[in-house]
Amino acid sequence: MAAVVRERAGTEAVTPSRRRPTGAFRRRKGFQSRKSGSRGNRALFLLMLPGLGYFLLFHYGAMAGNVIAFKDYVPFDGIWGSPWVGLGNFQRMFQDAEFWDAVLNTLWIAVLQIVFYFPVPLALALLLHTLTWTTVRRFVQSVAYLPHFISWVIVVALFQQVLGDTGLVNGYLGDAGLSTVDIIGNPDAFRPLTVAQVIWKDAGWGTIIFLAALSQVDEQQYEAAAIDGAGPWRRFWHVTLPAIRPVIVLLLIMRLGDILSVGFEQMLLQRDAVGPEAAEIIDTFVYYQGMVGGDYGFAAAAGLFKGVIGALLVYAANKVAHRLGEQGVYK
Amino acid sequence: MEKPRPLTQAAKAVALVAVVLLVCVPFLVILSTSLASPEEVVDNGGWVLWPTEPTIQAYRDILDGGIVTHALGVSAGVTVVGTLFSLFCTVTLAYALSRPGVFGGRPVLLLVLFTFLFPPGMIPSFLLVKELGLLDSYGSLIFPVLINVFNLVVLRGFFQSIPDELYEAARLDGAGDWRVLWSVVLPLSKAALAVVGLFYAVAYWNSWFYASLYLESDHWPLQQVLRTYVVAGSGLTDTATSEGTVNAPQTVQMAVLVIATVPILLVYPFLQKYFTKGVLTGAIKS
Repeated sequence: MAAVVRERAGTEAVTPSRRRPTGAFRRRKGFQSRKSGSRGNRALFLLMLPGLGYFLLFHYGAMAGNVIAFKDYVPFDGIWGSPWVGLGNFQRMFQDAEFWDAVLNTLWIAVLQIVFYFPVPLALALLLHTLTWTTVRRFVQSVAYLPHFISWVIVVALFQQVLGDTGLVNGYLGDAGLSTVDIIGNPDAFRPLTVAQVIWKDAGWGTIIFLAALSQVDEQQYEAAAIDGAGPWRRFWHVTLPAIRPVIVLLLIMRLGDILSVGFEQMLLQRDAVGPEAAEIIDTFVYYQGMVGGDYGFAAAAGLFKGVIGALLVYAANKVAHRLGEQGVYK
Repeated sequence: MEKPRPLTQAAKAVALVAVVLLVCVPFLVILSTSLASPEEVVDNGGWVLWPTEPTIQAYRDILDGGIVTHALGVSAGVTVVGTLFSLFCTVTLAYALSRPGVFGGRPVLLLVLFTFLFPPGMIPSFLLVKELGLLDSYGSLIFPVLINVFNLVVLRGFFQSIPDELYEAARLDGAGDWRVLWSVVLPLSKAALAVVGLFYAVAYWNSWFYASLYLESDHWPLQQVLRTYVVAGSGLTDTATSEGTVNAPQTVQMAVLVIATVPILLVYPFLQKYFTKGVLTGAIKS
């Protein structure tokens, strides 16, 4: 700290060793120990290699395959033998109505999730937070987190069993003489269904971060507000909400950055049942064009497009979140 | 502060009960239907809330050999082997990246974090797996997804939180980095290792898409079999049981579902125990 002040004051006479006495002292000691710095470094470097090798091969090596987005890829000719088409795949993509349908669907579903899913973990966290009986709270939390660890295959199967034509809900409605609901397999009900599925699966897990934020709110602020005569609603509005607002904003921004990524597995599992008009997202478009349709170059172009735009969005969201975070500190 | 009004208390209770029921009832229905006799299932219109005459015939049928048994073996094998490989590579990389002096540490970290921003993409990954000759091999379910960046960051953060004095002491005793990792760091990291290990295990157990992409159907793991047989509702080329089945397919389908879910339920308490120790919340905050 003193060194910083000296720097600010503009004195040039601060030598490195004076600026950080403990560090230099320790480092000199370390170099004199039996395992010298360079030997230690080599061992560490070796430790890095398996993991590094994985990323180099299966991420960067795979990324090189994106070059087929600019080619007319024919499996027989391989990556090198296939002819270049420059931006041809992209041009075709931008003119493809199904592509734009997929983009629109992706955005639509993402927005629905932000509006309807996003508040649920928050509400649940608030509810759990006000619970003073810890055994009950921990029990409910345990139950609520569980669906997060269940695979989407199981989740979709469960929803089929409960909401399907021969499912639990329709069974009860039928017995009660009421008309049955047509949810599973109905394209018009599909978007709300997917939001319900995401809520069921991930809302509990989403409470973790909100609960962590809520637990950091100063108890004394609540008491002070109560003494001033604020009822529970006012306390929520003036103490709780401002305290967790940074977390909410941060999560919202990150979610917006991720907007092109809507549950691929979730959509793929149900696309056959409801049809592409309802269920096609960019990722399933890539899958069906490439893996099923064999139009690898074209699909790679769509995937590359989504990857680049997605990366830009996430990067931008990160930057915005950083800025706001810094502002929050100064407040 | 004032006592909460009974109306609010009641409303809260209702909400909590609703949450618990919403999660538990579907599982109960699946379990019950799998244990019911096929006649009862048919009578009830396809599902059962509580079986009157429970029978484990459905389970006997699918565990008798045949596709489900094989898929169960595949899933178990991929999960165990995959988790071990993943843990090894993640721990070594995370440890190396957590040490300040490592050669090339900063570029490697940026390299790794960038992959989080820009994943390779389905088609290029497929081509790579094909080029490497991994098609229709179990390795294709493990190697392309070996390290999860989030898990890596969590472990790295945890290793960094170990006090420097412990590292220094081991170093002065003449231990090289491997020894420090093995004898000092790992024993201290049991909770973090458990959490990350379980995360990997759950991910491997739940995976189905890559199997559908890279494997022939006779090598499929359980979740992909589940998807074809239950979600998509189509029959497999062989029967799900070892012989022709007398059971209503519904009970068998539900039994497959239960088997796919049970391992998660079994490890869940352990997962809970370790990450409520605050390992995760600390990492998430950073």
